[in-house]
Amino acid sequence: MTPDTKARGYFARRSRLKWWEGLPWVLAVAAFFVLPDYMAFGTQVLITIIFALSLDLVVGFAGVVTLGHAAYFGVGAYTTGMVSAHLGWTEPISALLLAGFVAAIVGFISGAVLLRYHGLTLLMLTLATAICLQEFANVNEDVTGGFDGLTGVGFEPLLGLFEYDLWGHTYYWYSMAVLFLVFVVVRIMVNSPFGMSLIGIRENSARMDAIGTPVYRRLVTVYGVSAGIAGLAGGLFAESNAYVTLDVLSFARSGTILIILILGGVGRLYGAFAGAVAYLVLEDELAKMSPEFWEFGVGLLLVLTVMFARGGLLGIFDRLRKLFDRAAP
Amino acid sequence: MSQLSNIIISIIFDGLAYAMILFIISVGLSVTMGLMGFVNLAHGVFAMAGGYFVTSLMSVAGVPFIPALLIGAVGVAVVSLPFERFLYAPLYKAGELDQVLLCIGLVFMASASFTYVFGPDPVPIKVPDGLRGQVDLGFRSFPAYRLFMVAVGLSMAAGIWYGFEKTLIGARVRAAVDNRMMAQSVGIDVDRLFRFTFALGSGLAALGGGLAVDILGLSPSFAIQYLVLFLIVVAVGGLGTIKGTFVAALVLGVIDNGGKYLWPEGGAFFIYAVTIVILLLKPTGLYGRHG
Repeated sequence: MTPDTKARGYFARRSRLKWWEGLPWVLAVAAFFVLPDYMAFGTQVLITIIFALSLDLVVGFAGVVTLGHAAYFGVGAYTTGMVSAHLGWTEPISALLLAGFVAAIVGFISGAVLLRYHGLTLLMLTLATAICLQEFANVNEDVTGGFDGLTGVGFEPLLGLFEYDLWGHTYYWYSMAVLFLVFVVVRIMVNSPFGMSLIGIRENSARMDAIGTPVYRRLVTVYGVSAGIAGLAGGLFAESNAYVTLDVLSFARSGTILIILILGGVGRLYGAFAGAVAYLVLEDELAKMSPEFWEFGVGLLLVLTVMFARGGLLGIFDRLRKLFDRAAP
Repeated sequence: MSQLSNIIISIIFDGLAYAMILFIISVGLSVTMGLMGFVNLAHGVFAMAGGYFVTSLMSVAGVPFIPALLIGAVGVAVVSLPFERFLYAPLYKAGELDQVLLCIGLVFMASASFTYVFGPDPVPIKVPDGLRGQVDLGFRSFPAYRLFMVAVGLSMAAGIWYGFEKTLIGARVRAAVDNRMMAQSVGIDVDRLFRFTFALGSGLAALGGGLAVDILGLSPSFAIQYLVLFLIVVAVGGLGTIKGTFVAALVLGVIDNGGKYLWPEGGAFFIYAVTIVILLLKPTGLYGRHG
């Protein structure tokens, strides 16, 4: 066997579909028929999954920790919202693509500057960049609506056929389609040689540099792609809610999406799914009962995850499965 | 005196008082981060705890302001030790992501607990009569409390500088910040040194938190609201340098205060813009040597 065919075999094995990978999609479709009244909420869950997936590319695969990913979500949301409110660009699919495109451009440019830095400096720079953008949007209220939010956002029926509805049915399917396409792209990406080089950079960037990987270029590339996906999530958010507020750029949003990804399991693609569903469902139930109780619970969960369950929810499944395999040979 | 110079003096003076709070709270964070490289986003919790300690001592036990400040600082320093031992110590070798998340978790838990115990509303503080009103310094008068803040801040800075530069413990801390391995191999017990500086830093944060109540206010969201600010002071100043933290606190304090005064809608824009520019030009901070 030549090294080349060996490598091909390896990548083929890596990207082979497992039986359980259909599960999230079956559940997502089933949710529509079992809980039709919760589809507006379901849409937000799907959007959060897209956003968390984009963060997983950067944090989970490339190992770059950022506290400012809401910047790209917000750029996407404002792009879609502003072209609709000011330019009358109300065709939803092209407005969404535009959001992804603009966010990706912003991601490539800011990434090219930010990714020259490391550690605490990078952490502070990503955070400060997102907050600066938020303040910028706040100050330019004649275009962004400022503190009161952007109003007058509205869209034509999807494909000219499906009307926006109050129950969120149309946007549930629309968001699921976007999530599916994004997921396919991300899955191909992380299982490709490019994805492997990202994991290598995460594990030891000096060694990757030494064996000839253009580390900085790879990081900027994945950062830009990730920003574009975050922008798609933001655009969907603006379309499904038909309004945009400064909150889309907030530090709280950057922090929450990181928490969601960690709780689900970082660097494993499906962590974004598990984390978003678990977090948003719990938040919806518990925050209604008592906000303090919820806040304390999230804090405790985070501390416990970091101390005892580094792999998040999916990591716990993995460990249980291993225990089970050992118990029943 | 002209109107304009009056305004300028006011802005600088208020900024100075604000900067002193930033310095007192952040200086411990700078040293502990320089020593262990731990990204401690939860440092503001100790400042918040100090604030609540002081206001509770005053309202419940009737302790006067100044003794309450000191008791609060010592109390929080002692309470911080088990946190270091059981939560932080296991993560010294972990990546930034784990450290950041642990801290966010702690901040959430603290914020929820303080809300549960003290309620969500801001807590007022009654500063002694001697510190209220204005003090005439000859050419113009200043608010007494802010003058007091500046005096406390400057004397703390002098004291910390002396301890850091002129004492044996200070020399050991500096050695450990520069090169932990080397310090360890010449017989310095870095772990013990770290526990000591951690407690000292937490105590200082509590002192700053107590002093800040009258200026910044105190509510359970304090730690979340200011979480970023203290870290920015440390990052801009450079890890583990007293001088850097002091200069960064001055620059950021005066700019933030002036920005909010001259351009209220712009809010916090200036402080973050300045932070970005400084960090882009000097990634390890103004006086930092390693990242």
